[in-house]
Amino acid sequence: MTASVVPADGDGSGVGRDRRRPGDGLAWLVALLPAALTLYFATLLPAVAAGESLRFAAAWVPSLGIGLTFLVDGLSLTFALLISGIGAFVTLYASLYLAGNPQLGRFMLTLQLFMVAMLGLVLADNVITLFVFWELTTLASFFLVGFDHDSPKARRAALQALLLTGAGGLALLAGLILLGSIAGSFELTEILTRGELIREHALYLPIFILLLLGAFTKSAQVPFHFWLPNAMAAPTPVSAYLHSATMVKAGIYLLARLHPAFSGTDAWIWSLTLFGAATALFAAVVALRQTDLKMALAYTTVMALGTLTMFLGAEATVAVAAAITFLIVHSFYKASLFLVVGILDRQLGTRDVDHLGGLARAMPITTAAAAAAAFSMAGFPPFLGFIGKELKYEGALAIASEPLLVAGAAVLANALMVAVAGIVAFRPFFGRARATPKTPSEAPLRLWIGPAVLASLGLLFGLAPSLIADSLVQPAVAAILGRPESIKLALWHGINLPLLLSLLTFALGLAIYAGHGALRRALATAETRLPTNADRAWDGLMDGIKRLAAWQTRLLQGGLLRRYLFTVFASFALLVGATLLITAALPAALTWPDLLFKHWVVVALIAAGAVTTARARSRLVAVCALGVVGVGIAMLFVMFGAPDVAITQLLVETLVVVLVAVAMLRLPGLEQGRRAAAGRHLDALLAGSVGLVVALLVLAVVETPMDNRVTAYFEQTSVPEAFGRNIVNVILVDFRALDTFGEVAVVAVAALGAYALLRGTLRRRSP
Amino acid sequence: MSSLILGAATRLLVALMLLFSIYMLLRGHNEPGGGFIGGLIASIGFVLYAIAQGTETARRALRLEPATIAMAGLGIALFSGLVAALAGAEPFTGQWWFIGGDAESKGLPLSTVLLFDIGVYLVVVGSVLTLVFTLEESV
Repeated sequence: MTASVVPADGDGSGVGRDRRRPGDGLAWLVALLPAALTLYFATLLPAVAAGESLRFAAAWVPSLGIGLTFLVDGLSLTFALLISGIGAFVTLYASLYLAGNPQLGRFMLTLQLFMVAMLGLVLADNVITLFVFWELTTLASFFLVGFDHDSPKARRAALQALLLTGAGGLALLAGLILLGSIAGSFELTEILTRGELIREHALYLPIFILLLLGAFTKSAQVPFHFWLPNAMAAPTPVSAYLHSATMVKAGIYLLARLHPAFSGTDAWIWSLTLFGAATALFAAVVALRQTDLKMALAYTTVMALGTLTMFLGAEATVAVAAAITFLIVHSFYKASLFLVVGILDRQLGTRDVDHLGGLARAMPITTAAAAAAAFSMAGFPPFLGFIGKELKYEGALAIASEPLLVAGAAVLANALMVAVAGIVAFRPFFGRARATPKTPSEAPLRLWIGPAVLASLGLLFGLAPSLIADSLVQPAVAAILGRPESIKLALWHGINLPLLLSLLTFALGLAIYAGHGALRRALATAETRLPTNADRAWDGLMDGIKRLAAWQTRLLQGGLLRRYLFTVFASFALLVGATLLITAALPAALTWPDLLFKHWVVVALIAAGAVTTARARSRLVAVCALGVVGVGIAMLFVMFGAPDVAITQLLVETLVVVLVAVAMLRLPGLEQGRRAAAGRHLDALLAGSVGLVVALLVLAVVETPMDNRVTAYFEQTSVPEAFGRNIVNVILVDFRALDTFGEVAVVAVAALGAYALLRGTLRRRSP
Repeated sequence: MSSLILGAATRLLVALMLLFSIYMLLRGHNEPGGGFIGGLIASIGFVLYAIAQGTETARRALRLEPATIAMAGLGIALFSGLVAALAGAEPFTGQWWFIGGDAESKGLPLSTVLLFDIGVYLVVVGSVLTLVFTLEESV
């Protein structure tokens, strides 16, 4: 193990270099978890290849129809194997790549959390469970993208990814709940059998749009593509894993999963085809423009996602087979190329394509892995990429609605991919050697093993496509289309239109590669002339939200207690008053109350107290007059048979007078704060309205016939069940003890809050 | 503030109020009263003491930090609710024990309900005194 070589900066991996801690050397053991999972999923292959689908269920929230149910069929198993298999290599790689980083343990944990969340997502059968795992992947990726949290760039990228995919997640949740409610079940196995019902339902389009928002944000489709290249701020193993092989494919998975229930409508076909094609072409062009190898790869990922979306828009078997095959191809070559870029970065100290060249002699194994991956990416025979590309063309031509558009987009995108493959995996290794910050040397085993194995798999499956055709592609296609399918993959299809298109692609790709220097400069100038781009638009949106928040805070929370009270009481009077008017709940008749003389005395006392309070010229008079009002109300409680309430009212009244009297010492005189007449009239109007609304409300409530069942229940059960004759207290401490507990908790927390506030101001005032 | 009459009267009054507050707490299950009312009476007693003798003296008389009392009360209330869960019932179901019952009377009733009420009493005393003492001291 060559511990002396330290990864280059740019992704935080250089933080705390050489500060190894005991246990770091064992970090590679973490890779045993994904490896074991891969083996386990591999044992499920024979059953799934035979056309079975396995289901695992455990109750979670049965009353809401939410269960921890998992489904293993061709589609989910394909994803599960890719996630756990690539996860094993990436974990192994990261254990060395980030060695010496003090946060290695945290990184490994988050990476495994992410993997488990992703596995849960693709295996979930219950859509709510699926959503929970979906959000978990968002959260885990937030921590992984923002791993280098000292860098503002990484923080911004992490937040952007979180907000964008989180917003999409909310849309997804809404869509899934609507979907579950019209399908009558939250289980995917049930939902997918009701495709006809769903497609003809009035809510089909809203649901579809909501689900698309979720899928498109996660899978970085135009116009939500910009977060993915920004997320390259993450350490390279994260880029390799999350942003090529797994997380961004969650949206693709969702579209594939829902294919049986949603596909076939015009909305489905056109939105997926157009957004997919636009994303693929846009990203392929932008990829050419990059000089940073990682950014170039990031854009080719966006391109691949667009291609996948485009093909999932189709109904034709061969188009869907093309999507699944390309998905597998892409995972292999993209993960290995990212890992290769990480190796270059670590061994040479740069990943700028203009500073790399002629490395083949110094780094033979890395070169071989990169070349194999690039051949697969460019679609040369006999790699799996070739089969994938032939299938794409065949699928494009088989699409009934718009074969020319899809085929044209596919040829162009693939030609650009050939060029990018050349830039990423040919230029750095061949040709003239260039000076690099560090002397080139071969990477240690733990770094090259991942790319080497993954790239070799691309070659192996290309030579013997039947290895994956029957066990993965065929069951996956069957699951996407919802009907049994028979798929045969082969390198040689004879001389036909797809082969001719392939030749055209190579020619076009090589031409672009040859002229890419000039092309890049042209693109760079074009880019500066654009008025804006999605990333800048995002910043504008974020600034707008902040300005809105600042504006409404200034408006509603100006710090003047009088204004807060005004807002609260005005909203109360308006809302309750309007509700009374709209629902016609106003008291029907005002009858003269049948009261005794003593009652009238108390009422007069209360009224006098209120008038005195309003007219008071000093705070002390106001407080005491207010106390009279409170005591009067307590007397009413006594007269009408509520001694508990009366006692409480009296005691609280006493305490309030004490508290206000103490607080008053700190306040300025009443006259100082007196406002102009107009303001006082407004206050009077507000006070009068609140009083009127409350009076009307009370009268309306009294008119409503009382439901005595609850009272009767407590009267009957208080003594036999709770051994108490004071029903009020029995309710408080026994029947509704949990509520009371909540209330006393609020009381205690409020006291602590006041304590902290007062202490804070006290400390600030005293020197 | 030092008034001889107030000072002398509070010595007697505060003791009486505290006693009365416990009486109100204990009788609450059958007659008007209970932990909330009892707690308010006790805290008014201490507030009176603080007004007459100053918060320093009142704090010393209380011995414990009021916030600690509030938190202890919250803990006691929570514990009384969890006892039921230990006994296999739903949390916060009242558990009753009758000590020394015979043919005529059921015996001395002890219950988690009483414990809960004591918790409420302590929360109210602690919270109100936290508020009043801090306000008084920050003036």
